Amino acid sequence: MTTTQIAPPVATAPKPAFKLNWVQLSPVLYTIGLFVIWEIGVRLSGLPHTIFPTPTRVFEAIVQYWSPIWKNSLQTLYTTVLGFIIAIVAGLGIGLFIGWSKTIYAGLYPIMVGFNAIPKVALVPILVIWFGIGTVPAVLTAFLISFFPIVVNVATGLATIEPETEDVLRALGAKKLDIMLKVGIPRSMPYFFGSLKVAITLAFVGSVVSETVASNSGLGNMMASAQSNFNVPLVFAGLLMLAIEGIVMYALMAWVEKRMTGWAHRSTMSN
Amino acid sequence: MATPLVSIENVDMRYGGPEGTLAVSGLDLKINRGEFVAVVGPSGCGKSTLMKLTTGLHIPQSGTVIVANSQVTKPVSIVGMAFQNPTMLPWRTTLENILLPLEIVERHRHRLRAHKADYIAKAEALLETVGLKGFGEKFPWQLSGGMQQRANLCRALIHEPELLMLDEPFGALDAFTREELWCVIRDLHASQDVTIALVTHDLRESVFLADKVVVMSARPGRIISEHVVPFERPRQLDLLYEPAFNEMVQKLHGEIATARAAA
Ligand SMILES: Nc1ncnc2c1ncn2[C@@H]1O[C@H](COP(=O)(O)OP(=O)(O)OP(=O)(O)O)[C@@H](O)[C@H]1O
Ligand SMILES: [Mg+2]
Repeated sequence: MTTTQIAPPVATAPKPAFKLNWVQLSPVLYTIGLFVIWEIGVRLSGLPHTIFPTPTRVFEAIVQYWSPIWKNSLQTLYTTVLGFIIAIVAGLGIGLFIGWSKTIYAGLYPIMVGFNAIPKVALVPILVIWFGIGTVPAVLTAFLISFFPIVVNVATGLATIEPETEDVLRALGAKKLDIMLKVGIPRSMPYFFGSLKVAITLAFVGSVVSETVASNSGLGNMMASAQSNFNVPLVFAGLLMLAIEGIVMYALMAWVEKRMTGWAHRSTMSN
Repeated sequence: MATPLVSIENVDMRYGGPEGTLAVSGLDLKINRGEFVAVVGPSGCGKSTLMKLTTGLHIPQSGTVIVANSQVTKPVSIVGMAFQNPTMLPWRTTLENILLPLEIVERHRHRLRAHKADYIAKAEALLETVGLKGFGEKFPWQLSGGMQQRANLCRALIHEPELLMLDEPFGALDAFTREELWCVIRDLHASQDVTIALVTHDLRESVFLADKVVVMSARPGRIISEHVVPFERPRQLDLLYEPAFNEMVQKLHGEIATARAAA
């Protein structure tokens, strides 16, 4: 038998020294593209700034009103994050409680769905009666609107443990609490962290809605008063700041999700 | 021998309410302490159900299941069970998965923290016997199907159960690994005071390993015959090529074929 010597693999062609990563760049390019189209569209149509301002005019407004915009952005971020944190704590607690047993799950789920169907805006007047206008109703609205997806996801993660996995533990004499601690809770974590992305966006909706109708501060309030002064560029500036805060918080939650539940993204981890 | 370790008498088990599937009917089986019993039969005849009845995961609608002198009304704690499909928890490493029973079983859970190193050493020794040395730190989803099954076996063994229930533990393995693991199980049975019930589709496996091979009928399952395996222990893999061995395998094969046809 002859042995053929296998040649070492030839080194692959040297990479071009400079190569753009289009996939990574594309969010930036698309955003710039959106602004360009917006600018051109408004200019061509000849709409006045009081109806639809160009992006350049909006950026001008941001520079001009930077101090109030900054202050109100921080206020909105503060109420949103506070409401969101309460939603996490309450959502985890209620989710664990509901997912604990099939009976509780069956009994409370319809009530939760009914509660979620109530438009949270309708609750703001009640919150104002109870707590007055300002930060408190904004925080509570952010909380009320964002905790439902957390509850549902945690409860679903618990309630859908595979029977085989449960059998493995039960055969060892595991109690309900053991099964929840060893399987249920770790298993529902990807659902939980996944729901945070949805919940944080909803929390912004809640706080801004409440600020718009019942507050003296925050981006919602700022936009409402700018609108009554026909300062449309400032309204758009507020929208832009909200979008930025929303994207940053969403990205943060996506990062946390990836960090905490890497095992659930196993196919993507192998490369 | 005194009273059998496992005694199943005239058991009926129906899934999903009164109109559901009757999985087993009129099931009778005794397993003595220290015995190695293999259960064979057509697919869907209720072999897995038999295992779950014995471990107390299912409670029969009629008849009695007695394990270690007491009637089974809830999961019994003296068993280790390897299920048909390996159910490893994906967020734990293989080693942590194997240690899982120790966190649950009464006898071990209180000692675990203080004797962690001993237990880990034991788990690693087990991994080595099944040919998974060095894979403890990997996550289960980084292992192949056959490797997961071997880890599954380690998990069933870690808490040194008195009664080991194996439900097709070698299903996804190649012939060579399979024979290797037969020897692991054989040596385990020889060296320790353990009673083993093995469900398998591989008739050679059943004859090679067991003291007694039990044949089940098609669904609803019951025991149609029991065969004492005459070959002396310790058995070597050469046995697989002896005429008497193949004769017995053939006889079992014929019986199952008839049982299937009767369905
Ligand atoms: N959880 C369940 N709910 C309803 N029916 C079930 C359930 N588990 C098993 N069965 C039914 O009971 C019968 C026996 O099932 P079992 O799993 O015990 O078969 P088996 O002998 O282990 O089959 P196989 O060799 O294919 O693993 C089957 O007909 C199956 O359809
Ligand atoms: Mg089965």
